Amino acid sequence: MGRAREALCDPIFKNNPIAVGVLGICSALAVTTKLETTVTMCLAVLFVITFSNLSVSLIRNHIPSSIRMIVQMTIIASLVILVDQFLKAYAYEISKQLSVFVGLIITNCIIMGRAEAFAMKNGVALSVLDGIGNAIGYSLVLLAVGIVRELFGSGRLLGYELLPLTTNGGWYPANGLLLLSPSAFFLIGLFIWALRTWKPEQVERDH
Amino acid sequence: MPEETIAKTISVAAGVCVVCSIFVSTAAVCLKPIQATNKTLDMRKNILIAAGIISEGQKANVDELFKRVNAEVIDLATGEPVEGLRPEDFDPRKAARDPKQSIAIPPDEDLAGIKRRSKYRIVYFIKDGERIKRVILPVYGKGLWSTMYGLVALGADMDTIESFGFYEHGETPGLGGEVDNPRWKAQWVGKKAFDKNWKPKIRVIKGTVVSDSPDAAYEVDGLSGATLTARGVMNLVQFWLGDEGYGPFLARLRAGADHG
Repeated sequence: MGRAREALCDPIFKNNPIAVGVLGICSALAVTTKLETTVTMCLAVLFVITFSNLSVSLIRNHIPSSIRMIVQMTIIASLVILVDQFLKAYAYEISKQLSVFVGLIITNCIIMGRAEAFAMKNGVALSVLDGIGNAIGYSLVLLAVGIVRELFGSGRLLGYELLPLTTNGGWYPANGLLLLSPSAFFLIGLFIWALRTWKPEQVERDH
Repeated sequence: MPEETIAKTISVAAGVCVVCSIFVSTAAVCLKPIQATNKTLDMRKNILIAAGIISEGQKANVDELFKRVNAEVIDLATGEPVEGLRPEDFDPRKAARDPKQSIAIPPDEDLAGIKRRSKYRIVYFIKDGERIKRVILPVYGKGLWSTMYGLVALGADMDTIESFGFYEHGETPGLGGEVDNPRWKAQWVGKKAFDKNWKPKIRVIKGTVVSDSPDAAYEVDGLSGATLTARGVMNLVQFWLGDEGYGPFLARLRAGADHG
């Protein structure tokens, strides 16, 4: 039971893929200008990583090590195409906004990293939990960044106006920087700083 | 690690490929009809918005309302309708890529940056009895990063802009993406597109339009932080309203309106 809890909960704070591994930054910059696209991205990653871990773990004893990465990549790419097709069919508006970034989940290092580092060595149940845990850890950072960026960048959350903008006759001057990609770097940086102050063991030793 | 033989490696690779391709192709084939419906619906919704029949964000029965819109395939060079080609059977994007159905645009006239244009295009009308009340012209061209696809609606005088907006683009949200801002789009409404000689005159300027300037009716405020996108918008509108674009078609409609 202990191992299952570890697999699920460790990636959330103790071993967060973005904060500790500094992986998956590309998508964290690209899709977090709005909370709606952020949530969709998180769900997409949750689906892909869970099922890629599941499938890789299922066939781990049959994958020849010389082609293991290509096999993982094929599985991940197929899952991403499934998500992309599904979004285009049932959430057309959102898939228009996410455009290429759904396809780019394939290149999200977290997913292949977990397949290679965990699912290749562990059983199916543990691998699924590890996938879910990592997706939660990833989503946590993305959602935090998405909330700050949409709220202070365009005065809205999920499209509902919370801070009336001066351009629309309100009192809040929008912070345009937050709509640009670099702002996500600052926010993730602050997040990592906060997390490492809370858990000093995550700080890398000086070389 | 399992024992590695060439036969085993190949069979695992083949097995993974077959299983994955079955999943992917099943999804693609099963979902295709829904996706196609979504695309058509989205385009129609935007045409209805340009036609002034529905407003943005409004829920409506798009298919029902779309019956009020007349569509026609026209030959850009002559401005005449193409006989025997139904709008449903014509795909303008495919045609623009097909060397047989498109022509190269001379580089010095290629304001929109699209290199080739199809010989035919679909245009949409809203009619009031026999009289044309509004004509909706699909336009596209290069912005900063992406090709932007939009709709320009002209009033009965074929001069006044009644609506303008993009339905597909990939510009930076918050900067170039502000071409979607309703307040900016509202600026276009009521502007005059052409000068006295029916040459496109509408332009996007830097800064704010001075309301008592003689050209104020032809000018739209620029977008701060999106100079290149705004320039792209201006260029593509000028291109499509000009002689290489819908110029001959609009001239024919104006002539028709004079006689009628």
